[in-house]
Amino acid sequence: MEAAINIPINSTAQASVATEQMIIFEDVSKFYGEILGVNRVNLSIAPGITSLVGPNGSGKTTLMNLMTGLIQPTRGRVKVLDFSPSDPEVYFRHVGYCSQFDSFPAGHTGYEFIYSYLRVQGYGKKVADQMTWQALERVGLTEPAKRKVAGYSKGMRQRVRLAQSIAHHPTVIVLDEPLNGLDPMARADAIRLFRELANSGLHLIISSHILHEVNAMSDRVIFIESGYVKAAGDVEGVRNELEEHPLQILVRCDQPSTLAARLFQESHIVEVRIHDDRMGMFVKTRNTDMFYELLHHAVLEYNLNIETVATVDNDLNAVYHYLIGARQEGE
Amino acid sequence: MNASLAETPSLGSSWPLWRRQIVGILRLEIKKNFLSKRALPMYLLAAIPVVILMMLAVFDRGMQRGVRTNLSQAFIVFSNLHEGLILRTVIFFGCAWIFMNLFRGEVVDKSLHYYFLSAVKREVLVVGKYLSGLIASCTLFLLTTIGALFFLLLPRGLQANLDYIFDGPGWAQIVDYLGITILACIGYGALFMVIGLFFRNPIIPALLVYGWEWLNFLLPPMLKKISIIHYLHSLVPVPVNEGPLAIIGEPTPSWIAISGMLAVTAIVLGLASVKIRRMEIQYGSE
Ligand SMILES: Nc1ncnc2c1ncn2[C@@H]1O[C@H](COP(=O)(O)OP(=O)(O)O)[C@@H](O)[C@H]1O
Ligand SMILES: [Mg+2]
Repeated sequence: MEAAINIPINSTAQASVATEQMIIFEDVSKFYGEILGVNRVNLSIAPGITSLVGPNGSGKTTLMNLMTGLIQPTRGRVKVLDFSPSDPEVYFRHVGYCSQFDSFPAGHTGYEFIYSYLRVQGYGKKVADQMTWQALERVGLTEPAKRKVAGYSKGMRQRVRLAQSIAHHPTVIVLDEPLNGLDPMARADAIRLFRELANSGLHLIISSHILHEVNAMSDRVIFIESGYVKAAGDVEGVRNELEEHPLQILVRCDQPSTLAARLFQESHIVEVRIHDDRMGMFVKTRNTDMFYELLHHAVLEYNLNIETVATVDNDLNAVYHYLIGARQEGE
Repeated sequence: MNASLAETPSLGSSWPLWRRQIVGILRLEIKKNFLSKRALPMYLLAAIPVVILMMLAVFDRGMQRGVRTNLSQAFIVFSNLHEGLILRTVIFFGCAWIFMNLFRGEVVDKSLHYYFLSAVKREVLVVGKYLSGLIASCTLFLLTTIGALFFLLLPRGLQANLDYIFDGPGWAQIVDYLGITILACIGYGALFMVIGLFFRNPIIPALLVYGWEWLNFLLPPMLKKISIIHYLHSLVPVPVNEGPLAIIGEPTPSWIAISGMLAVTAIVLGLASVKIRRMEIQYGSE
């Protein structure tokens, strides 16, 4: 294992940002017994959308759980906007966390779920009710709000958890793999929502194991692998690099030729290979975001039946090397 | 950047805020304690003494006659039943079930993190959860105690009972039994909440406590005091004979028994708060 690289994310624009607006990891390590979660992480993250990218098991959830006090660091300190998660009463007025746990307290409707935890925080009936509807509106869930969460689709559950994490108007929102398991339409919706939230002045930390799906909306990217922060940088460079490494996506659906014809009208599509059984295709795209948007429209337009959509290669090495190389040159 | 902060409705200052938060926690927890599937064993347990006394009142001629002719003898029987069955068994296991599930149940359901991610001190969460457990256990086991007393006295008929309650010692005795039931819930509740927090598998510690509480009468006076049943036992209005093997200690005056119980409970809750502050969310393999 190479030595930890400690990267304060510093661009000229952010150099002046005061610590009370930063998310700061100070030499943070977390061990689960003998198992390494993350090691010697030093970060100062300025406002904006920051993506935390790394393969499964690299330590993304660990970092997010440390940030939100669900676990405590073995060493080091975490501060968000100068608040510490060890004082939840103050901390969670500013921070919302949409975790990876897809579980709910039993028996709740979407509305009750959000409303109840606002009441737990001490909001009165009327205010909590207003805040709940606001949050539900924000994620587009007002219509099914009075139905039981148990009957929600995966995408709806994801959205109601998101609504719950933003209902109290936090300044910082932490989202653990929020796109995971969403179908293309839900994914496009979610990305649009994150952009909206960021535009309204919030700080978002979003994790993903697929760089291509987060880079378009991020201001900067942090790469993590095997518990070490490997590289971090503004997203521009990453984006250029990705242009040269199109992402391959597997789509299993009917009418692949219709879809292929539509896809070829787009400049970000590099290659389409239709499967021999004519029930699917491999697509290479330089812009995952736009691809999902497109797929969304195609489904409605041609009445496509989609069985699976999955990213095939998720090899970040090229991008790591690019970033690490670029950093060394720049220093 | 603080546009969204400025919109955040203000939450106000500590004590009123904590009170509202506890109300918020109770809203969620009381529903869960009474209505979830987990509540079923609690109802079954609570019904046992009532059913037994009902059967006796309806079918047992000797018992019916005994209660009519010799009430003080009947109360000795009842005291034994209250302590042996209601306190040591029904409330013991009922509280074990309710209070150990307060946090464990949420770990099993993977929903505890919603509390931990709320702007609520974990100490406030402990108090809220504990109160919800108290409300559930007291409601239920007070009903058990009242139901058992009702069927005990039933064969005597209305007039005799009214005389006993309002002109005799009845009122004070009933209040004593109910008070002891509440104290038992307070004590066992705090104990089991903590056991549930400290042990991954709380069954074995719970059984050890069960054994300790039963053997309490054999212990020397010093050790006797480290138990819950000892204090409850000191308060019973009609004394229970502990049998020939019992080591008789100084009886503990009731004000000491009550304040001792409350003090121990406060300490135990303090422990729970320390523990919960350090608690991490690890729901097991994802
Ligand atoms: N509760 C735990 N106990 C033991 N090991 C854990 C636990 N949680 C995570 N890990 C380990 O820590 C490392 C990082 O995990 P995690 O943060 O979940 O990664 P990611 O979210 O990037 O998939 C992995 O090797 C994982 O096996
Ligand atoms: Mg993860």
